[in-house]
Amino acid sequence: MVDLTAFTKKKIFWPLVALGVLMLFNLFFTPNFFRLEIKDGHLYGNLIDIIKNAAPIMLMAIGLTLVIATKGIDISVGSIVAISAGVVAMMIGSGTTPQFPFAVAIGAALLVSVLAGAWNGMLVSRLGMQPIIATLILLVAGRGIAMVTTNAMIIWLYARPFAIIGQGYFLGLPFSIYIVAVLLFITTVVTRRTALGLFIESVGINRTAARFTGINAKNILLGVYMFSAFAAGMAGIVVCSTVMSADGNNAGDGYEMSAILAVVLGGTSLNGGKFYLYGSMVGALIVQTLTTTIYAFGVPPEISKIVIAAVVICVSLLQSRKFRSLFMQMFGKRAVQE
Amino acid sequence: MKLKISINPKNISLFVTIALFVIMFGGGSIFFYGFFSLQNFLNLFIDNSYLLILAVGMTFVIISGGIDLSVGSVLALSTMMSSFLLEKAHWSPFAVIPMVLLIGALFGFCMGYIIHTFELPPFIITLAGLYLARGLCYVISIDTIGITDPFWKGAANIKIPMGNSFISPSVVIALFVVLAGLFVSRSTKFGRTVFAIGGNEHSAMLMGLPVARSKIMIYSLSSFCAALAGIVFTFYTLSGYALNGKNMEMDAIATVVIGGTLLTGGVGGLLGTVFGVLVYGTIQILIVFQGTLNGWWTRIAIGFLVFVFCLLQSVFESRQGRKQVKISAK
Repeated sequence: MVDLTAFTKKKIFWPLVALGVLMLFNLFFTPNFFRLEIKDGHLYGNLIDIIKNAAPIMLMAIGLTLVIATKGIDISVGSIVAISAGVVAMMIGSGTTPQFPFAVAIGAALLVSVLAGAWNGMLVSRLGMQPIIATLILLVAGRGIAMVTTNAMIIWLYARPFAIIGQGYFLGLPFSIYIVAVLLFITTVVTRRTALGLFIESVGINRTAARFTGINAKNILLGVYMFSAFAAGMAGIVVCSTVMSADGNNAGDGYEMSAILAVVLGGTSLNGGKFYLYGSMVGALIVQTLTTTIYAFGVPPEISKIVIAAVVICVSLLQSRKFRSLFMQMFGKRAVQE
Repeated sequence: MKLKISINPKNISLFVTIALFVIMFGGGSIFFYGFFSLQNFLNLFIDNSYLLILAVGMTFVIISGGIDLSVGSVLALSTMMSSFLLEKAHWSPFAVIPMVLLIGALFGFCMGYIIHTFELPPFIITLAGLYLARGLCYVISIDTIGITDPFWKGAANIKIPMGNSFISPSVVIALFVVLAGLFVSRSTKFGRTVFAIGGNEHSAMLMGLPVARSKIMIYSLSSFCAALAGIVFTFYTLSGYALNGKNMEMDAIATVVIGGTLLTGGVGGLLGTVFGVLVYGTIQILIVFQGTLNGWWTRIAIGFLVFVFCLLQSVFESRQGRKQVKISAK
């Protein structure tokens, strides 16, 4: 028999409950939310849309989870999405046949992203800058770089095969979700089947202590920022392919916040230490389901920001030890009085 | 006779910022015809008065070791509230201004209260504030609301002569905010406490300083400044729009950093921030005068400057650290 009590103690339990509650809400209040249809040989429906739209955030959240585990933060990922989308679009060009082979264009975009991540990583690991300020530099400059790359124009793509990445389907499911699955699988294997995950966590819990035990904290830090930028670069390619255009100004705008939210919702603490990759994925699904639910209700999408704000506050209150003890006190006192 | 110029090491980054501004403005004057004029200098203040006000509030937050990501959205909310109350609710301007400022301060009060009481990272709570204020803008209206109120139009059009040149009332407000900020940070108990909290919050608490009250006040002040900046912004644009001030929090943070305030808290000052804003404005004019580069180079230049200043500070810090080691080795 499945041990249920052990499962409730797992970190992923509460994010799953939150997702479940959201789904339950939709089951009762949003008509046809769970309806799945098969059209043109693949699945259609709200659930599929959620997975498809969540894919870029999920990719970014995989990278960010590792960064946050080292007690860092990477707020430049949204700008890296814009840069990566800009590079891939420039390489492919607006013709119906690509200027460069797709593989070359994608490779170049990923390379540029990794370089951007190396820059972040150098600032944090070698110059000892605070992660938030180190990545702030690229957040501010990155969008400028993306706009300069694309000559401040929106580039439209007409090379259809490229659309497969963001719009295509494979075995009935959106193609982008397979990219997420592959990256997630590789990341899980590398961090959980080797000691690397433990190293990352120990750097996040106590960097000095980690260094004294012989862990090369500097290179671990450099590595996680490069990986985060790589993941953001992949998200940029997916975003570019979904809309078949690159808009340096708006591509990936605000994504860094959604991705950070996804990681925090998934149970990884901003104070570093233990990280939960699957939790982050559930977090990304929660964020996307929330947005889709709000859309389904016909509320202007902008107002969804208020709901997200409320969720952020609730989640951080739950993570606050002070709040929990206050809550318990109130609860405990009442119990005593009764 | 020996003439020795000694600079307090604390002021080095301030001098660097001032020097940077002088070099950039001077360079522009040499290379571009018509760059050097009093009006061009005053335009720096006219075009960036709202940013200056935002940056004053942000300086207090950053000196205390915190961060406020919500200011751009609060600015937008303030423009929306002003235009809505004036045009749709037909309030008197003299009721609108205090109301908007009060709501702004209350917004910051709530954030500060949550941050302090529940010991939560300012980054996350002000991020929630960012979303909340932006969402509230859309609740008021999705469209632009134009302002036709005569008082507002007057404030937008009045030119206060300065020799052959002029400034706008917004500049007077901004400079007043800077002076008030300077006074508060240097000559009041609250100002001292802000520095102490940034230096070491725990020590500040042990010293018996009112940390709780001050922290809440810092965020109230920052949001108050953002609301005021929003009003000044509407003097500039004569409209309220929910997308106003997008990413402006990053500009404010960048100018504060360029002004020499340490993001780790405890070190910095408003004078540096003023020059940070001037540097920011000069980069923008330089790119306009240069003509061929597109405006997005501003962001790259600002990012680069933030990098240079952070680098400068970390080098400076590590040198100081080494000195202390030497002293203790003796």
